[in-house]
Amino acid sequence: MPKDSGIGASTKRREDIRFLTGTGKYTDDINIFGQTYVHFLRADVAHAVLNGVDTTQAAAMPGVLRVFTGADFEAVGSIPCGWQITDKHGQPMQEPRHPVLAHGKIRHVGEPVAAVVAETREQARDAAEAIVLDYDELPAVMDMKKAIAEGAPKVHEELTGNLCYDWGFVEENKAATDAAFEAAAHVTTLELVNNRLVANPMEPRVAVGEYDRADDMHTLHTTSQNPHVIRLLMGAFVLGIPEHKLRVVAPDVGGGFGTKIFHYQEEAFCTFAAKALNRPVKWTSTRSEAFMSDAHGRDHVSKIQLALDADNNFTALRTETYANMGAYLSTFAPSVPTWLHGTLMAGNYKTPLVYVNVKAVFTNTVPVDAYRGAGRPEATYQLERVVDMAARELGVDPIALRRQNYITEFPYATPVAVEYDTGDYHATMDKLIEIADIAGFAARRADSEKAGKLRGLGINSYIEACGIAPSNLVGQLGARAGLYDAATVRVNATGSISVMVGAHSHGQGHETAFPQVISEMIGIPEDQIHIVHGDTSKIPFGMGTYGSRSLAVCGSAMVRAAEKVINKAKKIAAHLLEASEGDIELKDGSFSVAGTDKSVAWGDVTLAAYVPHNYPLTDIEPGLEETAFYDPANFTYPAGAYACEIELDPETGHVKIERFSAADDFGNIINPMIVSGQVHGGIAQGIGQALLENCAYDADGQLISASYMDYAMPRADDLPFYSVDHSCQTPCTHNPLGVKGCGEAGAIGSPPSVVNAVIDAIQSGGMNVAHIDMPLTPSRVWAAMHGARTNAGAAQPAAGSSDTAHARSIGGAA
Amino acid sequence: MYAFEIERPTTLDAAKAAIAAGGQALSGGQTLIPTLKARLAMPETLVSLHGIADLKGIGTDGAGRICVKGATVHKTVADETAERFPALSYLASRIGDPAVRNRGTIGGSLANNDPSACYPAVALATGATICTDRRDIAADDYFQGMFTTALDEGEIVTEVKFPVPQAAAYEKFIQPASRFPLVAVFVARFADGVRVAITGASESGVFRWTAAEEALTATFSPDAVAGLQVDPDGMIGDLHGTKEYRAHLCNIMTKRAVQHAS
Repeated sequence: MPKDSGIGASTKRREDIRFLTGTGKYTDDINIFGQTYVHFLRADVAHAVLNGVDTTQAAAMPGVLRVFTGADFEAVGSIPCGWQITDKHGQPMQEPRHPVLAHGKIRHVGEPVAAVVAETREQARDAAEAIVLDYDELPAVMDMKKAIAEGAPKVHEELTGNLCYDWGFVEENKAATDAAFEAAAHVTTLELVNNRLVANPMEPRVAVGEYDRADDMHTLHTTSQNPHVIRLLMGAFVLGIPEHKLRVVAPDVGGGFGTKIFHYQEEAFCTFAAKALNRPVKWTSTRSEAFMSDAHGRDHVSKIQLALDADNNFTALRTETYANMGAYLSTFAPSVPTWLHGTLMAGNYKTPLVYVNVKAVFTNTVPVDAYRGAGRPEATYQLERVVDMAARELGVDPIALRRQNYITEFPYATPVAVEYDTGDYHATMDKLIEIADIAGFAARRADSEKAGKLRGLGINSYIEACGIAPSNLVGQLGARAGLYDAATVRVNATGSISVMVGAHSHGQGHETAFPQVISEMIGIPEDQIHIVHGDTSKIPFGMGTYGSRSLAVCGSAMVRAAEKVINKAKKIAAHLLEASEGDIELKDGSFSVAGTDKSVAWGDVTLAAYVPHNYPLTDIEPGLEETAFYDPANFTYPAGAYACEIELDPETGHVKIERFSAADDFGNIINPMIVSGQVHGGIAQGIGQALLENCAYDADGQLISASYMDYAMPRADDLPFYSVDHSCQTPCTHNPLGVKGCGEAGAIGSPPSVVNAVIDAIQSGGMNVAHIDMPLTPSRVWAAMHGARTNAGAAQPAAGSSDTAHARSIGGAA
Repeated sequence: MYAFEIERPTTLDAAKAAIAAGGQALSGGQTLIPTLKARLAMPETLVSLHGIADLKGIGTDGAGRICVKGATVHKTVADETAERFPALSYLASRIGDPAVRNRGTIGGSLANNDPSACYPAVALATGATICTDRRDIAADDYFQGMFTTALDEGEIVTEVKFPVPQAAAYEKFIQPASRFPLVAVFVARFADGVRVAITGASESGVFRWTAAEEALTATFSPDAVAGLQVDPDGMIGDLHGTKEYRAHLCNIMTKRAVQHAS
């Protein structure tokens, strides 16, 4: 019998009422008296020396308050990077200055070069057209391998070249890994591209800067997943505003997917200009601006090799990846291809030796940073594609090959520095085989073939790491912040509760799920509990929401704070019941004395805390409010198995997803409905990456897929009904809820199964196609099937690639 | 978008006068409005054709042609031609999404002549007559390349007259982002021969595939086009499909249109 409240209940999302009735309050809904508007003039060339910016005419246009250029920000800090990678020689990564407005040089299409603040949005835009840029175009740095070759044009003159870092992991394993390849009975090699993506949250980014001269107080309203992180980065590193003079508010946020983690120039600009002009300054991104200014995702070019012994045991794995950083280092960019990617390369397998090399490269493109999954999708895609290819080369069943190599004993220390606390990969595979009806595939394939179609089945395993992260560990790895989280549980006099949490909800349903936990712990109705988030002036502290960390880290902080509250409440109850504290039990919202019928209600205890007439004032303080910070002991490791079944039209190359099944192990689950929703959304994005989405530049650095006319987002009719299951549960061993995180699994686990399925279909038609790079558009699939000669910029290999491998995951053409 | 004036005439004469005075005709605005929002055009005055009752509706003329007035929206065409000319109805029913179909018009589409628009295919394949406020233009003379037509400056499409084929079908293979045709083929079989018009594929806009027309006029069968190949040279090659792929799709979509022609 499913529960109807508390942990495990599919409580309907309370926040949806305001989202669906138009009463949500988003940043663009914030309009402040005296507000002005900024329009950013953005570069329309990828790479140029900027000789000058003539603002004379623009400054004289109607309604214009001031025109800002890079020169206005010379005394202001660089947009900071939050993670420093140490390369394989022990040297720190190269870290260029990232100006608020371009100064001296333009480094990507879309970079803000000047900013007009005016009384109206249209006046600002009109005046921006009157700005005259004097620049000399330079060759665009686009191909990652060419970019790090001797003599290549530099994106940043002050750096030694375009190589940000050359990272080896684990460097001490390299020789042994190479030796294992020498001794291997079979080696499978795959070169692939993890395509660049644009996150495309429904709500574009918005910033409203505000300054109160009376008390020298700055306020930034912004579309952020982590207001405290923005306060830290912008206050301490860019504008030099101390925390107590800077408030950052992230109200309702319409989707983030990673791209709203980072601190952006527009936020710093609006905060800076609000003081300079003593007027509120608002910026609302257009969709066109979002395409060329929101940090992009993925964009890896990789070579992966798997070594097997004569019995098909995996003996070693090695990879070489070129990771595109774009023109500047976005907040977490350097960590994505390294610690969020290399540490997952063991996957679900007991491969004893793994070596990962990553070269991060600057190019004249929009900065690339975390996007749903962030590093783990790139790891999973490589690994699960190469395992599938190995199975095909060896003529063995891909499920059996995986099972043979699964890790089965936990905890398990991988050769790539992490320790999986728990898991059961056979269980999720068993469940997948059941829910995907793999037994019925042969019959479905026969039906498709009768209709002139090809049918393919692709499966994969995945593991990922969530709940970032143990602060002392990530500190050693280069993080410039701690990654704990915080919560305050404030019990009101009459027993209702406000919980101030550091996690930010922008689609995850925290406002519903977090109260379920408190309700379970105390035994009061969920509607007596309210979640407050998104405002540095209201919440104690918080590192925000990303990496599927909210429940595992912030939820754990909330549990710890609630435990403190309960402990104190038990003391009060003991006093009221004239009993020993050790005999007090809390159940269903009532404190009772064990073994007696004496009890006192939750509300009577909380009232006593605030009206302490009969209260042990000499022993405990009045009031009932506790804060906890929680720093996790380890990452969590959600894992599972996915299956995709596709039908392929051999005449057109069109792929239709017929079935998609996901068996996930997320540990304990608070709200199964919300978990299913998270998986559904993740799979949609994974299928989007696999079949549709492609952020493409041409060789001159112009963004070709700059609107929805060319950037294909998945739509309802691109997707099947999913079969998702999360009944396989091995609870996390080190956090109090036993939860692992579910926000990204769908996007991590789904792309390989889609591609594996398409390859399976093509091979079933007798065509020997080993691999096609994502997105598997009809044109690419058809070209691969027919070996047709495709024009420059075609998929196999990728566009304009250098000789050895496709060093650019961008493509001018199909 | 820059500021502009908008006029909403209720008669064709008033619209002509406003356009003669420098106004830009607006008929649905499915291309024009996004263009204005991107500040890629700055007309001082827009002249909406939406309020002109005489420019709306669907009838039949003495020759049995289906006559669609220029400012008729796609939704109306989809709804009202289903029995008389199902292939036309189907084409109109698959343009864009419901918002587009309730706003976009046949005259607007043909005047714009986007190389990936749907209506040019049916107009050319049926040998339709495009009537304007000044003259009647045969479809074969009307389409003159990408975004280029026989229309003069300020000329208004008032009506489109479609001969109804004995059998016809429209096969569209969509570009996955825009969902415009990547390649779409309209096949129309008449007593005196078969016409095949292809949109989305060519750098020269909609075109007739004469080799397929000859083969299908001789034998109206999907196999008739099996050995034919459109020259990839001159096809559009872009992010969504190479020239070779589009040329290949011309053949496949034509074959399927013949299969489905009714």
